[in-house]
Amino acid sequence: MELIVASSVGVLTAGGVYLLLRLRAFPVILGLSLLSYAANVFLFASGRLVINAPPVLNKYGEAVYTDPLPQALTLTAIVIAFGMTALLVMVALGAFIEADDDRIDMTEADGAGAASRKDGAA
Amino acid sequence: MSHWIIAPVILPALLAPLIAYVMRYDIVLARAASFAGTLVLAAIALGLCLLAADGQTHVYELGDWPAPFGIVLVLDRLSAMLVLVTAVLALIALGHAAATGWDTRGRHFHALFQFQIMGICGAFLTGDVFNLFVFFEVLLIASYGLMIHGGGKVRLQAGLQYVVMNLAGSTLFLIALGTIYAATGTLNIADLAVKVREIPLEDAALIRVAAMLLMIVFAIKAALFPIQFWLPATYANAPAPVAALFAIMTKVGAYAIIRIHAMIFGPDVVATDGLTGFWLFPAAAVTLAIGAFGVLGARRLMPMLAFAVVASMGTMMLAVAAFTPWATTAALYYLIHSTFAAAALFLLADLVVSHRPEGDRLDPAPATVQNGLFAALFFAGAVAMAGMPPLSGFLGKLMILDALRDPGLMALGWTAVLAGSLLVIVGLARAGSVLFWRSTAVAAHVPADDDEARPEARPASLAQIAPTVAALAITALLAGFAGPVTAYLEASSGQLFDAGDYIAAVLGVQEVPEVPQPEPDATEEPAQEEG
Repeated sequence: MELIVASSVGVLTAGGVYLLLRLRAFPVILGLSLLSYAANVFLFASGRLVINAPPVLNKYGEAVYTDPLPQALTLTAIVIAFGMTALLVMVALGAFIEADDDRIDMTEADGAGAASRKDGAA
Repeated sequence: MSHWIIAPVILPALLAPLIAYVMRYDIVLARAASFAGTLVLAAIALGLCLLAADGQTHVYELGDWPAPFGIVLVLDRLSAMLVLVTAVLALIALGHAAATGWDTRGRHFHALFQFQIMGICGAFLTGDVFNLFVFFEVLLIASYGLMIHGGGKVRLQAGLQYVVMNLAGSTLFLIALGTIYAATGTLNIADLAVKVREIPLEDAALIRVAAMLLMIVFAIKAALFPIQFWLPATYANAPAPVAALFAIMTKVGAYAIIRIHAMIFGPDVVATDGLTGFWLFPAAAVTLAIGAFGVLGARRLMPMLAFAVVASMGTMMLAVAAFTPWATTAALYYLIHSTFAAAALFLLADLVVSHRPEGDRLDPAPATVQNGLFAALFFAGAVAMAGMPPLSGFLGKLMILDALRDPGLMALGWTAVLAGSLLVIVGLARAGSVLFWRSTAVAAHVPADDDEARPEARPASLAQIAPTVAALAITALLAGFAGPVTAYLEASSGQLFDAGDYIAAVLGVQEVPEVPQPEPDATEEPAQEEG
């Protein structure tokens, strides 16, 4: 169990980082999704791995239970990651349509500062 | 328990959807609502400052759940002061956005602006690390919208970079929180301060990893050395009022480092024993160097100012890295100063750039309609930013130098601050002479055909200049009233380093760490790790 969870976090992170370094919009979005999955699984594991136990304390004393807090944290993280991914897709789409290019890094020619001039003078 | 503590979060949170849904087609109404809301926020923040000035740590328990289980907001001198700075800065940025028409160049400027304020205020007030993450996300998602406000190819590309960078940072934040929870079984800042102090040195590996991960996350926000590269492209391409508001965003990262690393991983904690300062100090020195060289080498005005922000963050973090009350006082003073100095320069640069045919490129161009006025304002802004008397930057840097007199820190710290200041002065002076002096020697040429590049011919109105002047006036006031301000900040950092007071206020009457209350997680941890 521990091995499966640990290696899945590792593989997801490795894949995510690899895709993130591709510097193209679509692989980067996929990479960030993989990274957020890895973070979610990791958050789950931070409450210790317990199988077949309720996420509440049993009132009859020393029962086995699984920590409910990481599950709440993971839920929050999933919602946030979902919203952020949707927004990232929109921004990436906008940048792709405007620039006709899906590269994340900016070229030297139109680097920092060019936008402010155009809009400032408009 | 005063309910006003949550007002800086609730007010913008309620106002923003109202502006977005009810006032979306009426810019005048949206402006009025946004202004009124921010004014009320400033009044509330002032009230909170007065409330916090008595030296008590005020705790607001959301839903009345007691501390380590529920989420708390904590108001002390430091957070109250930063909320006030945010509100005043937001007023200035709003004034500029409305006067120059930036808010009409895209949709939902004011709604996003209010959400951004909500996130920033929440991040300053929260007493829970996971809640800090949530408020970071709120302020980030609003900043993504503001960053690409107005659109345009380069801005969207820079915005995409910014979003990707911060999403990666958020993931790291989550992993850091998971590690902290695994090591301590809590995410409440006060509770963490207790638990981390109880961890013996031999079990400290996990919490040390978490401390470093958290520092990296906050360093991304604060634009510290290995991860500062996103800032110049972002700030240089953001709309000017947004760039001015972003001046406080880097400070949110700095605040998080101050709060978390002074409270939880402080220099006296066995488990993390000076770990943060050890890495933070050289990183801050390198950041300062990068910023200074960037100022010197920039060929456009906006990136140059962005690099000046990087340099000011480096200067500030040098003082933060010392983790002593006096150094933190100096850092906080410099924090307020650099926020308003950067905002003033960005707003002024927007006025200059929109009146120049050459845009923000640092090439000689015909003089603008108000060359003298712009030159004077730029001079004042540059004096503030570079840290020359009489404005507050000088006092701030002097205090930082004074705080870094420890023999171990002095050589690197003083060299970095003094040499960095010199480079920034040279860079700003060069930019000023190109922009304003040599411009008078260039004859006005016939405007190019493309309408887009044609500069604004009308002189800037009083309303357009007022926000810049207001920001500069604040740095002057900060210098004039340095005594009272420093006294308040000294009390703030005293309160900050008195972790016992914070813990007692948040966790209830019980005195600082005595008998550890064994939580299931804390006790199960060693057994399960061996098993």
